Amino acid sequence: MNILDFLSRDILYLDGGMGTLLQAEGLGAGELPERWNTTHAEVIKKIHRDYYDAGSNVVNTNTFGANRLKFSSEELEQIVRSAIDNARGAIAQSKGTQPKWIALDIGPTGRMLKPYGDFDFEDAVATFAETVRLGVKYGADLIFIETMSDSLETKAALLAAKENSDLPIFVSNAYGEDGKLMTGADPAAMVAMLEGMGADAIGVNCSLGPKALKSVVEEYLKYSSLPIILKPNAGLPKAVNGKTVYDVLPEEFAAEVSELIGRGVRIAGGCCGTTPEYIAKTVKASANVIPVKTEKKNITCVSSYTHAVVFGDSPILIGERINPTGKKRFKEALKSRDIDYILREGISQEEKGVHILDVNVGLPDIDEVEMLKTAVCELQAIIDLPLQIDTSDPMAMETALRRYNGKAMINSVSGKQESMEAIFPLAKKYGGLVVALTLDEKGIPETAEERVDIARRILAEAEKHGIDKKDIIFDPLALTISADKNAAKETLRAVGLIRTELGCHTSLGISNVSFGLPERDIINGAFFDLALGQGLSAAIMNPYSQEMMKTYYSYRALSGLDDNCTEYIGFASELPKESVSVAAEKPKEASSNEGHASELQGAIIKGLKDQAANLTAELIKNIEPLSIVQTDIIPALDVVGVGFENKRVYLPQLLMSAEAAKAAFEVIKANMPGGGAADKCSFVIATVKGDIHDIGKNIVKLILENYGFSVTDLGRDVSPDTIVEEVVRSHAPVVGLSALMTTTVPAMEETIKQLRKAAPWCRVVVGGAVLNQEYADAIGADKYAKDAMETVRYAEQVRNEA
Amino acid sequence: MTVYTKVYDAPPFNKKEILRYAGVTGDVAELDELLQTCIDEVSKRLTYKVCYCELPVKRNNDRIELGPIVTSSKALLKNLSGCHSTVLFAATVGVEIDRAIARHSALSPTKALLFQAIGAERIESLCGIFDSDIKEEKARSGYFTSSRFSAGYGDLPLELQRDIFTILDCPRKIGLTLNDSLLMSPSKSVTAIIGVGNK
Repeated sequence: MNILDFLSRDILYLDGGMGTLLQAEGLGAGELPERWNTTHAEVIKKIHRDYYDAGSNVVNTNTFGANRLKFSSEELEQIVRSAIDNARGAIAQSKGTQPKWIALDIGPTGRMLKPYGDFDFEDAVATFAETVRLGVKYGADLIFIETMSDSLETKAALLAAKENSDLPIFVSNAYGEDGKLMTGADPAAMVAMLEGMGADAIGVNCSLGPKALKSVVEEYLKYSSLPIILKPNAGLPKAVNGKTVYDVLPEEFAAEVSELIGRGVRIAGGCCGTTPEYIAKTVKASANVIPVKTEKKNITCVSSYTHAVVFGDSPILIGERINPTGKKRFKEALKSRDIDYILREGISQEEKGVHILDVNVGLPDIDEVEMLKTAVCELQAIIDLPLQIDTSDPMAMETALRRYNGKAMINSVSGKQESMEAIFPLAKKYGGLVVALTLDEKGIPETAEERVDIARRILAEAEKHGIDKKDIIFDPLALTISADKNAAKETLRAVGLIRTELGCHTSLGISNVSFGLPERDIINGAFFDLALGQGLSAAIMNPYSQEMMKTYYSYRALSGLDDNCTEYIGFASELPKESVSVAAEKPKEASSNEGHASELQGAIIKGLKDQAANLTAELIKNIEPLSIVQTDIIPALDVVGVGFENKRVYLPQLLMSAEAAKAAFEVIKANMPGGGAADKCSFVIATVKGDIHDIGKNIVKLILENYGFSVTDLGRDVSPDTIVEEVVRSHAPVVGLSALMTTTVPAMEETIKQLRKAAPWCRVVVGGAVLNQEYADAIGADKYAKDAMETVRYAEQVRNEA
Repeated sequence: MTVYTKVYDAPPFNKKEILRYAGVTGDVAELDELLQTCIDEVSKRLTYKVCYCELPVKRNNDRIELGPIVTSSKALLKNLSGCHSTVLFAATVGVEIDRAIARHSALSPTKALLFQAIGAERIESLCGIFDSDIKEEKARSGYFTSSRFSAGYGDLPLELQRDIFTILDCPRKIGLTLNDSLLMSPSKSVTAIIGVGNK
């Protein structure tokens, strides 16, 4: 019988714990349990048989950690083969009459994925893939991914299972007391991602007892349209008189699990500390519970690695600022791979209150595939908002979706056949909410009705690809009213028709409507308001626009979405009062030039970032940018730098001043023709291979930039060839290498060796916690620098020699 | 041999100690407000988890065996003198501190430095609480405990981290992982051995 058919009618019972039983049989501390499949086959077979006898429909093979990180490929194959044989043998011997299946068990790799660990996503996929292929080869009936505590690793495992088998896939995550995965995802986020990718059943196991997991299970039942798995621990282990006991006993466990079966759980078993007795009692206790039908939920949502954003009554704001179109500074940042610039743009939109960030990094002369992947990964390292991936290149789209941690918004597909054929398969494979533009080969139709027709065709085509209506959001296209006075009217009608006739959500790029008009914000805010009235669900917008934010907060307050108008009041209280600040600062401007100079110096020395930027902006109206640098910024930096060298200024203060100086430089850069990119001395900096510490490196980079070096930051965990390649390319006269661990110093030595060969002109300065002069000499560096200032002094010396 | 886990409440923040980790040895009042902002931003996101087990000490000439861990480290031998048993533990304050550090590396290196220092103080405080728990518990049975000792101290090789991770099953118990270069992720984490002996 097909397990999914069985599941559609019955409760499917799983097995219980394996590790605790193996320890009772003599598995030693530090011994790998998977090896017992071959060395103690009878023990494993007996445990499986006891579970089948207790009523389990499915047992998981003893392959939790069976992967290439722990075993050679020959041994891995032996282990998986015997693991499945053991389960098959147990079926043959079991007296149970229930239908029985064998699940290939897959646990986490035990390695943390990048960016917080060093394990690459594709390496994780390849690791899982090898085990999956063996499971398929030796006849597993399904794949059971379990105890995953990181969303991205869960995705890697599910992707590997999908790409290497046609078997049903169950995915189960381990939640902490706080109801989240170790890396932060809540149940709604996991449901969004796993359903989107096509898991067959999802749920929770391990970490806690059934009662403690109840609230997590309820979240799964609320959001998911798939059968839900519950496989809890027998509570927590406690030492009683020198013996280990779990604090939830079989009767209590069975009663609690049965209660949750009554609420809708369809797949039940046990994890750590549970035994065949727990399963037998659970089967018995729930024998008369009528299985609850799994309902389709029709929730339109996207997710990040922490939470889901659901489209409904409250408007969703999608920040549009990560996009180079029409932005000189952004283009420059992209060309110089200044990722921090993109990150700051993301963070400040987040602070303005957007729910999703649009990410577009397309420029004619950059490698968009690589850049988009980098931008998505880096943004997801530090910002927990879901992303809308915005590209017209299907290859860039696929690369970004593959790495995306969650369920992304896909921007966009259109009614053109070619577009649908390129995008829908990606949405099907990786999951995602697809933004569909109502245009086709003939262009954008004039009337609302024609746009709705295209929307209908898009829905029909999506269905052919197995994509549900809830995963399409339409953009009926805001056109410019200065070109056609009826443009906005038709778009607004289309929003209403799509909502009422098709029952779909809509999104609009608001600002197009006002193109060519003065004070565009006024029109944008009003158009947003009218569109919301028609049932618009989301807007791609500029969160720095006060008119847009006014509309957003007042709409929520007027629609009963803002309890006690709290958010509106908060927003209103932060609105700037009629340019008071400008007026207050006026008198200062009247003072003499020297006064200005010392004031800016003072701001930098005290580390006042905003003040330094404002003062520079004032000064630049009357004074040459370069002279501000010479008479104010550099002297101020010197005061602090010398203070630090003389131990009168501490590191945090040095950094605060450096940040203030950087803020001043940003203003100057924006006011210089050509962005101030004078021919500066270049400096390449990196944390070496195997090392993921970068705080020291970042400090050195900041200070160097302030002292007029053009710093190329290659990041952390950088291989020797990448460093050599960049030094050769830029012909940099000096490179800085950082290592914090004794184990990564050899990588530093190797990098220096390769640099000597390929770039003999280049001086190497090294730093980091484990290094000292002696060590630096031993690995052949030119200079050991104990801190950022010493690096600056050395770099200046190299620059002066050149 | 069972691995137990403990989850603690946040120990009080020691600002002076945090500033010391950030390289400040004197009084700098102007940093206080900034530091408080950083503490407020991260305090609710940290977790304080420890997993541990007890392993008997066996001595074999100049080698020492703690379950599957075998070493001839003189420093460890000295640290465990008079001990018949050990508590092996791993502790972490979670991945959120790493996120805060990374986020502020893009925004403000000053804050990144302070978060780094907060993380260092947090994990040390966590180890301190766990350590004194064990000391107290063992004292009730009439035992003393040695000071904690980590792989990488003196001549105790860092490579022992691999054994420690296998024994404690750290990824599953507290979400702590070990990478190829023997760095731990989340980064604000510690593993150590505490000796237990007759007073």
